[in-house]
Amino acid sequence: MHITEGVAPASVAAAGALLAAGGVALGLRAMKDEQIPRAALVASAIFVASLVIRLPLGPSSVHPVLNGLAGVLLGWAAMPAFLVALFLQALLFQFGGITTLGINTVTMGFPAVACYYLFSRRIRESKKGREAFLLGVAAGVTALTLSFVLWAGSLILSGKQLAIIVKLSLLPHLAIVTIEGIFTGFIVGFLARVYPKAFEMPHIIKTRSDP
Amino acid sequence: MSCTTHFSGHTVVHRLDPRPRVVATLVFAVLIALSGHYRVLCSGVAVGAFLAMLSKLPIRPLAKRLLRLNLFMVVLFLLIPTTSPGEPMFRLLSVPFSHDGVHLAAGITLKANAILLVFTSLLGTVELSSLGHAFHHLHMPAKLTHLFMFTLRYLDVLHHEYVTLLRTMKARAFRPAMSVHTYRTYGYLMGMLLVRSLVRSERIMAAMKCRGFRGEFHAYHHFHFHQRDAVFCLTSAIVLMLFAFVEWISGGVAR
Repeated sequence: MHITEGVAPASVAAAGALLAAGGVALGLRAMKDEQIPRAALVASAIFVASLVIRLPLGPSSVHPVLNGLAGVLLGWAAMPAFLVALFLQALLFQFGGITTLGINTVTMGFPAVACYYLFSRRIRESKKGREAFLLGVAAGVTALTLSFVLWAGSLILSGKQLAIIVKLSLLPHLAIVTIEGIFTGFIVGFLARVYPKAFEMPHIIKTRSDP
Repeated sequence: MSCTTHFSGHTVVHRLDPRPRVVATLVFAVLIALSGHYRVLCSGVAVGAFLAMLSKLPIRPLAKRLLRLNLFMVVLFLLIPTTSPGEPMFRLLSVPFSHDGVHLAAGITLKANAILLVFTSLLGTVELSSLGHAFHHLHMPAKLTHLFMFTLRYLDVLHHEYVTLLRTMKARAFRPAMSVHTYRTYGYLMGMLLVRSLVRSERIMAAMKCRGFRGEFHAYHHFHFHQRDAVFCLTSAIVLMLFAFVEWISGGVAR
């Protein structure tokens, strides 16, 4: 669900870049120095997963996006994390692109932040593995659906003729969203049982300020 | 296996200071994205091809990237002109290809290829940690640069952990299929990868605190601006201004 290089005209690309810059600035402010390693490691893990994990679907397979999970684990820090991850993807594997980096960061990052507000606390307070699983499913489905809407919106804004791509990809995306939901559910359920600390924002040890 | 490799080499492009390369790539991408004229777009592709030759990019990986991009463009060419209304430019098997649609698809294809070529030749050839240092010297927010460096540093580590976990699964005769079992197993694999990442991030933080980390990295890698960098800056400034000028006299019609 990337906007490829060249597709977005200047106006859409600029709007995306501005929104992304705002979101990333908020994310950087929310992210304490102590949380940088955590954000980086979660981003790396999700980056690796989205590249190498192939979830079988019929004769084909889909790769997970996991932006709902990123939001639940990182909060606003998911914005800069996605910026970095998407930049690296463009550089190393030619997914997305630099002129569309802003749009793609918005498409992936804002749904993640929405999931943080919607689900993070509920998952933390969930008592049973089953409840966490269901909340995970909801987070995965919500994030990817929102991403799809943002993606489709920016494509249609880029050119009415591009709407055909949205129409054709509607059905495949339904399948992808379903699988993403189930997958995120299992991950969240697993984390809730094995390592519930994952959903707490890290204990911040105060760095000593200048004496 | 490493997934964070750049196109290494010893050409003149590789020896250039990364800072002007970052800036030149960004300005180039913006100009090309803004452009609406074939002469500018075609010259952009030509500049890209020239830089790709100058930096001696390996043929096969580059061809793979170009192919992946252009497969999508073929789809665009088949979809957009046949579904958008307007004067038909030509008919293929009695299917009309509209004028506007063909131009839109052609513009997108040229833009994407030009930017891909320049991006890969100028930035794909920088060692990734040097790119982090270049961001630092270009005054990007410190936290963002740190995040970039950390993500880069641990990508391979986590990929390695993933491979290890997958191997243990395979040793227990795991075979992916379209089943809830497969999704659950992959989910637990990912969960375990995250647990390891989170635990590792705490160890990193503790280790950094031991060494008196105060939210600042000291870049000890300083770049030196040589004569060749001045030449590069001058040339790219001239080329980019030429692009802007041609765009302007052709009466820029940004799409």
